[in-house]
Amino acid sequence: MTARWLWPSLLLLALLAALLGVGIGSTVISLPRAWAALAGHGDPIERAILVELRLPRAVLGLAVGAMLGVGGAALQGYLRNPLAEPAVLGVSNGAALGAVLALYFGLADASFLLLPALAIAGAVVTLLLLFALAGRGESPLTLILAGIAVSTLAGAGISLALNMAPNPFAAMEIMTWLLGSLEDRSFRHVALALPCIAAGLLLLAGQGRALDALTLGEDGAAALGVNLRRTRLRLLLGIAIGVGGAVAVSGAIGFVGLIVPHLLRPFTDRSPSALLWPSALAGAALLTLADVAVRVIPSTNELKLGVVTAFLGVPVFLVHLLRERRLW
Amino acid sequence: MVKVEARELSVALGRREVVRGVSFAAGRGLVGVLGPNGAGKSTLVRALLGLVPHAGEVRLDETPIARLTRAEIARRVAYLPQGQTLHWPLTVERLVALGRLPHLAPFSRLDEADRTAIEHAMARTEVTALRHRTATELSGGERARVLLARALAVEAPALIADEPLSSLDPAHALHGMELLRAEADAGRLVLAVLHDLTLAARFCDRLLVLHDGALVADGAPGDVLSAELLARVYGVRAFIADDPPLRVPLARIVDGANAAT
Repeated sequence: MTARWLWPSLLLLALLAALLGVGIGSTVISLPRAWAALAGHGDPIERAILVELRLPRAVLGLAVGAMLGVGGAALQGYLRNPLAEPAVLGVSNGAALGAVLALYFGLADASFLLLPALAIAGAVVTLLLLFALAGRGESPLTLILAGIAVSTLAGAGISLALNMAPNPFAAMEIMTWLLGSLEDRSFRHVALALPCIAAGLLLLAGQGRALDALTLGEDGAAALGVNLRRTRLRLLLGIAIGVGGAVAVSGAIGFVGLIVPHLLRPFTDRSPSALLWPSALAGAALLTLADVAVRVIPSTNELKLGVVTAFLGVPVFLVHLLRERRLW
Repeated sequence: MVKVEARELSVALGRREVVRGVSFAAGRGLVGVLGPNGAGKSTLVRALLGLVPHAGEVRLDETPIARLTRAEIARRVAYLPQGQTLHWPLTVERLVALGRLPHLAPFSRLDEADRTAIEHAMARTEVTALRHRTATELSGGERARVLLARALAVEAPALIADEPLSSLDPAHALHGMELLRAEADAGRLVLAVLHDLTLAARFCDRLLVLHDGALVADGAPGDVLSAELLARVYGVRAFIADDPPLRVPLARIVDGANAAT
């Protein structure tokens, strides 16, 4: 059985993460002053910091984290592989390539919109390629193979852009973006990403039963009334739209989709459906907390979010490795 | 009641035609599907469920299966696939509950009827005591019974079981056949792919024998299981213990393997 305290504690954790996200930064703003600022009769500078800098950052942290968490849980369920994460489908790389092209051709400076728009276009092109390669088949293997092919292609494109960068600064700009960050994001970014992420979450989170049925294999699931083609279509669309939107504003942030379901699985009945929404909450909390850590950890250059999540991923897998070898 | 019907059913996997022009109809009783490995038994039952593209026609209650949705098929025919595929370490209870998926409305939870069906299925297969155990950690025999319980929990008018006895010891295999027999006696159609000729002869009302994808015999066990047919299909020499009312074949390998074919 899924532990009863799981939901409330995850909700609480996400809420706490959001509060920390808004409350912590280079300027210390006490709670009463923050309240006054938000209510409209406080210091206008503090108000600007809270509403224009920290709030969108916290909202994006929650939304992107939720999307990556659900994406990981859904994909692990669909592929029946606990090592799957949204990046497996190549959508993250595709979106990143779009963004990198915007940076490479200097379009990102022309309008703030161009970079995320090109990133979403990159995700859509990746999705079309995935469909062309994986076809309408029902086997998860073809999807993994197609995903690896597309992902590698987009990765090669990114490398090419770095290789051909006209000067070190351009290459540095691309690298920095690729590391993933929520720094200096505004509500315009929120407005762009949130609809994509909401659509992605809805498409994926309704798939719990189909994913549960897949425990019995494809034939077993189909014989339980699951339309495998529709399941696959929703999954692909959900991840492409949602993760595409997330990468467009945050850069490629890895490992969240991979580790969140792992962290939660021991507290559930281990069915894929029991992981979907909790993974959203836990992903949201994890990414927002990681983003707080980025601000708190002293460093000369700002630490990038993708770097922190990558470091978080390692111990989780060490623990699994130890358990697998029965050393723990 | 449900009627499962195949009309000139053919299935090609890749270029090879695995099922060739099979026609039969069944609505009740325990029907055994026999045939050597590679005869097309599994492909035939998968086609009956609409799981593989086919030529010819499969009808459920007179409706071509192509016109039914997966959910409509699922409520009429329960399916126990070959092998013991289990991808996540669910508890036995949770696994058996999957059988109720075809009946669940979107966003609803298991209701009293669902719970009763689950309990009933677990009781009949004697896995109630295992309910909190992790299904992937059970022995092969226990797991086979749990998966059978999962299929029974659907409570569909028809059950198609692909080698339901494959990893059961003689006692549990007997018990498994008695279970299938009881399902059939309760008015359901049970179509089971079997390898044990003795059990098939003892328990089934009707046998379908496949050979190289074609239906070579269809009838009561006593009429179907002749020494001549077993030699032709399986390449074994059978001694048929003629002990009315049972005629039970005991098989021995023919010298020179498939010399008789």
